Amino acid sequence: MSEGNAAHNHTGPGHHHHEPHAPSYYVKIWAVLLVLLIVSITGPMLGNKILTLITAFGIAVVKALIVAAFFMHLNVEKKYIWYVLLTMLAAVAIFYFGVAADVQKYNGSNWTKPASYKYDEDMKKAHEAGGHGGEHGAEHGAEAGATHGAAQ
Amino acid sequence: MATQGHAAAANGHDAHGHGDHHELSFVQKYIFPLDHKIIGMQYLFTGILMGVIGALMSYAFRMQMAFPGKAVPPFGLITPEFYNSMVTNHGSIMIFWFAMPVLIAAFGNFLIPLMIGCDDMVFPRVNRLSYQIFLLSAIVLIASMFVPGGGFGGAWTSYPPLSASSVYNQTPYGAPMWLFAVALEFVAFLLGGINFITTLMNSRAPGMKMYNIPIVIWMIIIASILFMASVGPLIAGAVMLLFDQTIGTGFFDPVRGGDPVLWQHLFWFFGHPEVYVVLLPAMGIVAEVLPVFARKKLFAYKTVLWTAIATGVLSFVVWAHHQFVAGIDPRMANIFTVTTLLISVPVTEMLFVYIGTLYGASIQLTTPMLFAIAFIAEFLIGGVTGIFLGASGSDIYFHDTYFVLAHFHYTFIPIAVIAVFAGIYYWFPKMFGRFMNDFWGKVHFWGTAIPFNGIFLPLFYTGAAGDHRRSFDLLNFPELRQPNLIFARQFATISLLVMLGFQVIFFINFFYCMFRGRKAGANPWNANTLEWVAPSPPPHGNFAELPNCHRGPYEYSVPGRESDYWPQNEPAT
Amino acid sequence: MATAIPIATQRSATGIPTGKLALWWVIGSEIVIFGGLLASYLMMRLMYDSWSDAASHTNTVAGAINTFILLTSSLFAVLAHDAAERGKGPQAAGYLLLTIGGGLNFLVVKAIEWTGEISHGFTITTNTFWSFYYTACGLHGLHVIGGMICMGIIAFDAVRGKNLQRVEYIGLYWHFVDIVWIFLFPLIYIAK
Repeated sequence: MSEGNAAHNHTGPGHHHHEPHAPSYYVKIWAVLLVLLIVSITGPMLGNKILTLITAFGIAVVKALIVAAFFMHLNVEKKYIWYVLLTMLAAVAIFYFGVAADVQKYNGSNWTKPASYKYDEDMKKAHEAGGHGGEHGAEHGAEAGATHGAAQ
Repeated sequence: MATQGHAAAANGHDAHGHGDHHELSFVQKYIFPLDHKIIGMQYLFTGILMGVIGALMSYAFRMQMAFPGKAVPPFGLITPEFYNSMVTNHGSIMIFWFAMPVLIAAFGNFLIPLMIGCDDMVFPRVNRLSYQIFLLSAIVLIASMFVPGGGFGGAWTSYPPLSASSVYNQTPYGAPMWLFAVALEFVAFLLGGINFITTLMNSRAPGMKMYNIPIVIWMIIIASILFMASVGPLIAGAVMLLFDQTIGTGFFDPVRGGDPVLWQHLFWFFGHPEVYVVLLPAMGIVAEVLPVFARKKLFAYKTVLWTAIATGVLSFVVWAHHQFVAGIDPRMANIFTVTTLLISVPVTEMLFVYIGTLYGASIQLTTPMLFAIAFIAEFLIGGVTGIFLGASGSDIYFHDTYFVLAHFHYTFIPIAVIAVFAGIYYWFPKMFGRFMNDFWGKVHFWGTAIPFNGIFLPLFYTGAAGDHRRSFDLLNFPELRQPNLIFARQFATISLLVMLGFQVIFFINFFYCMFRGRKAGANPWNANTLEWVAPSPPPHGNFAELPNCHRGPYEYSVPGRESDYWPQNEPAT
Repeated sequence: MATAIPIATQRSATGIPTGKLALWWVIGSEIVIFGGLLASYLMMRLMYDSWSDAASHTNTVAGAINTFILLTSSLFAVLAHDAAERGKGPQAAGYLLLTIGGGLNFLVVKAIEWTGEISHGFTITTNTFWSFYYTACGLHGLHVIGGMICMGIIAFDAVRGKNLQRVEYIGLYWHFVDIVWIFLFPLIYIAK
């Protein structure tokens, strides 16, 4: 459908129009988005962690794709706009996977992060005590430097 | 303001635009221009002015390195704070306010519409805005050196915790202003980059297909895309660091749940592609100059283009080689070593193509050609010494020594100085309708190329011997007081003075020839690309009649033709 | 300033109008900005167990209402585009005003939500979770405000039938801001 539309309508500059849809078409898509929103909110109530991840993030991806395809008209846009956007997403993915090995762990092969670990433990304790888990940075300031050095 | 009527009359634009051109006052034409050429000039002059400021900074700290503790005229005695601030701002200025505006913004603005055969950039007002934001960023940066506490001194990499709190860096105003200036500069280049990319994609001359686009344009566009895809995390990181500095968040403070290594990643994820952002346009300039003065087709157009794209892709997976000593995961260090060594392949391929272009050619050693050839030779030294730093084993020894400094100056000076001079000497007739003096140009060339090696060859030696980059006075270390090391440092500094002195010749030559130089015709070098079709200097609207494109840009000495060049706009007979 | 629209702007070698093409690149550059911030957040979120405790203090109801508001305003934005395609300038302007209204509602809910959190002692400096929370939502909020301002200017033109193609471009931007929120919502409000 997209190819046919694209070829038919891209006759010249300034006339880059796809077939107009009736407003009801967009309202239907909006209704689908709202159903997905309700599913993503009610998902966590089932209490299953994996299910929550699927309902929360899986549905976020689906919603984003629906908005991109139908509201942003990427379904009838030239294919390479997808490639531009996916290239940018790929850059983010490269960033994540390159950095997570260092930032997302307490222990590496040559180092540990005692300060980060202590921060996490303190936060948990504060939460159990009913506090807000903040305000305990200043007194440990002196340890800041020793955290990420190579501990060989 | 543009109106529909103007747009409708666009086909009669030449006569019409010409009329407009005369109505513009001086302020409209030169202070708030919409013409891409004038905006390019603004970038060029601002960039060169910032480059001069950066060079004077290098004079201050090189004197301190060679003659520690002696007063440096006109700065007086250099204090450690002043030294740190000079080193930091020298680095920032040379990358962000000299190399990028001159190589990408100035040449990009001037060349893209001319070389692809259209009358302006697609968004002239966005273009003007991008320059104004850039100018503002430069003003903020210069101002940051005169606020209480002085300019930021935490190196251009701005690692926390040093950069994150004025408790450590002692510059409560200088550091946030520096960061703010950098962020503004990014915004300016994002706006400019979007303009460049859209112009190339949409506004090429009829008939200009993918492989008919001049290499320099490709390189500027690829560089703009690289910049756009890599700068995002750093913009986010700059906001985070600014909050750390000003309102006391703990994004990069491990005690409060942050991570300083995260900043290093955010920075170098941008910082390494940035090297290729400035390298590729320089490669492009050389690719334009070589075929013209070799009177020979570029040896392998498609190879240059696709290796440039390969370089761009690979540049996203090499950044952590800056962090081998930061305690990053050794398995990641292995991966980044391999990718770093891998990226030298496409870059070498490009240099190989350039040498292939020279092979068997009838070379005319004009000033731009000398600079272009020097770029190949000098950049090769920079590239080869990078192999030692890309391998994590040897990098741990060389890290943060003058060896690293010499290596990246051997890449950046060919890029931002030598290739830029090649470009200026080559396009000067198009910019101002006059030639620069060739004799003084050659004097300037030798006065630049020889002292440049005099500065940085000794620094490879002192770096390998242990000279540490971030040290205010190396004589504090007994093992670094050997006479031969002291001599090498002084030799480097004297070479710097000589090199700076020879730049005076360039400026006199430049400004004298701008008004009094020998007049140049539309196509003084007998070159093929479309900018030489327009009059010199091109009027508002560039072309009397917008050209069509009929062939690739490097058809020199084609057998069976009378003239040894074949302009892109000439229809095949 | 008396200047014609350059011929360059009117050319379209790709078949996509210049303004729209540029807007896609703007969205591309924004993807990396938000991507870098959210990737940084995600790494720490996955490392620290305690952040699920901190996240339990976020207001899911406010987040859900805001998602609903933004999705609905996106509907109005696409209807404005639809009206502009049919050449109905005033109708497009009306839909744009409804979209702006959606943005205003979003900001009001956000303000109420932040007031509640700050009065409970959760400020941007409380700890890094809240720093990310306020930075990410704040950056997104700035995009909402910027979009509303541009939309107002475009609606002003659209009433007179001027620059109707811009209705589509601002719509694209608005949908992108919506998509960013679609990802912020589970990251901050749902995953506890």
